[in-house]
Amino acid sequence: MEQQLNQLKEEVLKKIEEAANLKALNEVRVAYLGKKGPITDLLKGMGKLSAEERPKMGALVNAVREHVTAELEAKAANLEDQAIQAQLEQESIDVTLPGAAIKAGNRHPLTRVIEEIEDLFISMGYEIAEGPEVEKDYYNFEALNLPKDHPARDMQDTFYISEEILLRTQTSPVQARTMEAKEGAAVRIICPGKVFRRDSDDATHSHQFMQIEGLVVGENICMSDLKGTLDVLTKKMFGADREIRLRPSFFPFTEPSVEVDVSCFKCGGTGCNVCKQTGWIEILGSGMVHPNVLEMAGYDSKKVSGFAFGIGVERIAMLKYGVDDIRHFYTNDVRFLSQFERAEG
Amino acid sequence: MLVSLKWLSQYVDFSNLAPAELAEKITRSGIEVDAVIDRSQGMTNVVVGHVVSKEKHPEADKLNICQVDVGEESLQQIICGAPNVDAGQKVIVARPGAHLPGGIKIKKAKLRGQESNGMICSLQELGIEGRLVPKAYAEGIYVLPEDSVPGTDALELLGLRDTVLELGLTANRSDAMSMLGVAYEVAAILGTDVKLPESTYIASNEKAADVLQLEVQDTTVNPLYAAKVIKNIKVAESPLWLQHYLMAGGIRPHNNVVDITNYILLEYGQPLHAFDYDQLGTGKIVTRPAQAGEKMTTLDDVERTLQPHNYLITNGEVAEAVAGVMGGAKSEVSDATTTVVIESAYFAGPSVRRTSKDLGLRSDSSARFEKGVDPNRVLLAAERAAGLLAELAGGEVLEGTVLVDELDKTPKRVVVSPDFINGRLGMKISLEDMIAILNRLQFGVEAANGLLIVDVPTRRGDITIEEDIVEEIARLYGYDEIPMTLPASGEQVGGLTPYQAKRRIVRNVMEGAGLYQAVTYSLTSAAAAQKFALQKEETTKLLMPMSEEHSTLRQSLLPHLIDAVSHNVARQVNDVALYEIGSVFLGKTAEELPHEEEHLALVLTGRWTDNAWQGEKKAVDFFVAKGIVEALFSKLGLTAGVSYEKAVVDGLHPGRTAHILLNGEVIGLIGQLHPAEQKKSDLKETYVVEMKLAAILTAEVEELVYKAVPRFPSITRDIALELERTTPAGEIEAIIRKAGTKLLKNVKVFDVYQGEKVAADKKSVAFSLTYFDAERTLTDEEVVAAHNKVLKALAEAGAEVR
Ligand SMILES: [Zn+2]
Repeated sequence: MEQQLNQLKEEVLKKIEEAANLKALNEVRVAYLGKKGPITDLLKGMGKLSAEERPKMGALVNAVREHVTAELEAKAANLEDQAIQAQLEQESIDVTLPGAAIKAGNRHPLTRVIEEIEDLFISMGYEIAEGPEVEKDYYNFEALNLPKDHPARDMQDTFYISEEILLRTQTSPVQARTMEAKEGAAVRIICPGKVFRRDSDDATHSHQFMQIEGLVVGENICMSDLKGTLDVLTKKMFGADREIRLRPSFFPFTEPSVEVDVSCFKCGGTGCNVCKQTGWIEILGSGMVHPNVLEMAGYDSKKVSGFAFGIGVERIAMLKYGVDDIRHFYTNDVRFLSQFERAEG
Repeated sequence: MLVSLKWLSQYVDFSNLAPAELAEKITRSGIEVDAVIDRSQGMTNVVVGHVVSKEKHPEADKLNICQVDVGEESLQQIICGAPNVDAGQKVIVARPGAHLPGGIKIKKAKLRGQESNGMICSLQELGIEGRLVPKAYAEGIYVLPEDSVPGTDALELLGLRDTVLELGLTANRSDAMSMLGVAYEVAAILGTDVKLPESTYIASNEKAADVLQLEVQDTTVNPLYAAKVIKNIKVAESPLWLQHYLMAGGIRPHNNVVDITNYILLEYGQPLHAFDYDQLGTGKIVTRPAQAGEKMTTLDDVERTLQPHNYLITNGEVAEAVAGVMGGAKSEVSDATTTVVIESAYFAGPSVRRTSKDLGLRSDSSARFEKGVDPNRVLLAAERAAGLLAELAGGEVLEGTVLVDELDKTPKRVVVSPDFINGRLGMKISLEDMIAILNRLQFGVEAANGLLIVDVPTRRGDITIEEDIVEEIARLYGYDEIPMTLPASGEQVGGLTPYQAKRRIVRNVMEGAGLYQAVTYSLTSAAAAQKFALQKEETTKLLMPMSEEHSTLRQSLLPHLIDAVSHNVARQVNDVALYEIGSVFLGKTAEELPHEEEHLALVLTGRWTDNAWQGEKKAVDFFVAKGIVEALFSKLGLTAGVSYEKAVVDGLHPGRTAHILLNGEVIGLIGQLHPAEQKKSDLKETYVVEMKLAAILTAEVEELVYKAVPRFPSITRDIALELERTTPAGEIEAIIRKAGTKLLKNVKVFDVYQGEKVAADKKSVAFSLTYFDAERTLTDEEVVAAHNKVLKALAEAGAEVR
């Protein structure tokens, strides 16, 4: 019987060894350790043995049983490991394939420039003022010191709706409206918006474009404040190394009036094609608010003063991003728009 | 204004400056120099030649063989094709090796077998614009005066060794529309003096007043009229220097009389006019308003019809000139003229401006009168003309000036305090420096009681107020000297208004959803102006559009935005998602401003999600568009008030269009573009949204208050309903929400089915209902009771539970 037991043990261990997977291993367990298995049979057959042999054989059978059970467990652990390994191998992916895209649009480059300038001025205590695209002649011209027969009206070709109504040629009427509404109180505003001129659309002209007007009115506002403010603006838009210079000019609504040049951001001032070899790029017009404009809006021009400036948004965007044709801004080609996806601090 | 530096140097000394340096100084202190033009344009080897003989080329009819003396021992043979070349002429010769403008290099050549050693030149070949070349030489070579010396430098003789500054004048600086004005400016910049021209002549015994009568009918329009009479004029070509100063200044030479008036126009900025005295015929000049419908033929041979607000110079009977704009053909100076009347007058700017606009005629004269000439130069210019006519045309100047003069010629006085000047500039310029600058400008200046009393010469009509003096001081002191400060911080905090802040949120939502922001034009065609409009009002049209395409203000953003999508699709960008925020214009009446309303519009076409290698492809559909709209409302806290109603809108798919309602009011639309519209624009399925942004951004929103995070489990019950196909799920959802007690916290559609398993006119819609109470765990009985109420309401509404 003992021999029979040993033979059985050898047989089970061999089967365990041969089991290729958990299922086969379980079959071995059921076959040998189950209720109808040979070991159970052996235990059942112990009744035929003598009382002395019985405990001895019992111990032997239990030892074999424990040994087989341990082997089964070890083999099961081993097979589980293998199964996990196989699964991991099977689940392995090509990590260089593209990710599932998250859709992301972005702002129009003109809005991007406007918001950048708005945010800068908001940080300096400015409000954003807006006004209508269709304006009264009064606000667009007369309140800005441009009476009906003024020679400087030639400077701007205007789309008229009727004798007294027009598409605004500048964002300056928002100045006039804001001052009127403030009834003599201090003003500090930025006015972005669309404006219109009778121009044929080509690479450098557009019948519709965007402007940002700035206006500060209060006691003791002076030209050095204007210069300092514009210096902050140009450094923000074109880099900390930029310098500005003022050149005398003429606008009916400011006196004195100046054009503002920024030192060329491409060549740094030595001369290149962007600055037409001068080292300077004209970027905006500005000046001290004309006393007639202040008086018409109800301010005492002896007590308060102000400065104003006007920026062409397309011009800034074209310079900043190197865009060579103003029509790109109004064609809305996705291949153009999507280039402005990248955020900037 | 074109300024010959050679000419300018007669009035002011800038000999220590190179032209580019002078230009830079002028630009930095107030007048922009647009270009510095070297008139010699790098030309070399261009000399005076003497055509000794001319014979026909044996092989070519139109060519001549000329033997030319170029100041060397032997004559040079030059072949010339110009029709006006002739023996005896002094001509311009470009010798072999010469460089001419346009990269032309002259070489020895053979023309039809004959040697040619150079070229006889026209003025055009020396880079002078054809419109400036005297008519006699416009079609051929230029002929030099007889006393020109062969072999000498022709460029020097022609005044081409000169530099011209092109000034870009702003509307206020009309004083610089004259050589003297520029001379004053340069003198002020450099701190030097101006040397004024002198007029000297000996007048005859005969008095001008004896041969010419003058009457001025409107001294408001014509406050000063001066006439000089000059007899025994010999009309001829002007001397070379005069012709070339005119060409440098952009005016074509004609004859000595006309050239002298134009020379003074450029020198003094005072337009003059020369009449042929005999052609006037009446010995009389009367200036008066035109009669309605009065006709006259101007110098350019165009018959003009005039109106009473046009002012005329007449001979007492008929019009002879349009005041300040252009002379008439009848009394034009011709070769036969012997006696001229020189007019030097002051015509009011607005009148000349209006007339010149009426007639579509802008002349060198009108350009100056419009902006106001210097009252103190009118009479000086008349004398200058008389002097030059005596000197250059052999004229005999009759004594005296025939004159009507009511013009105010006193300098304008401006009183300003130095503190005001420094206050405006943010500087500390000393009183002495201020006075020195005003002296350089040759303004009268006196300091008294802490004030500057400034007498501004009449040539600077642009300076009338204290701020003008501030500018003069600043520009000559130098804007570079102004320090940089920031305005003292006021009480204003600054920032975006709630509307502006929310508008930025709208942009963020749109871009987060994957849309690009577009900007399109406010102007569109009359046909497109109201297409898709949420609200149709009277359209606002331009009086004089440049094209039909941009003639009318839009009432919907969609037409341009759809065009933008088509533009992309036509360029193989098939998946396009654009949004725009912009105004529409609702005209109420013609006399008032239209109502401007800010709208938001979206256009989507092509694939929405595209993850090709994983096989995920989803096209844009109605619910993608609606999802973006819902996300926006959710972000703005407006979800509760929003509903959607099936709608029919022109140009949109009748089965796939909805109105968006906010608190019961239509504020927008979502829909698929009508297949016919899609075809017209070459688009596949395309979805559009337009909403009244202002209505959305100004709608009241509940304050954001925290609600307890649920601590107790919720219970979900599903209901599948069989509905008529046409019954909107939204209606059923509303019934469920209304019937569900406060325990019903959420209702969600989770399945919609129509097909084989339901009748053809039915559909199955499944809802998932969530019940919970924030305070406790619900019992089964409570949920059953609540759910039964829902089922009952559904049954009453005829919705059948499957
Ligand atoms: Zn540069």
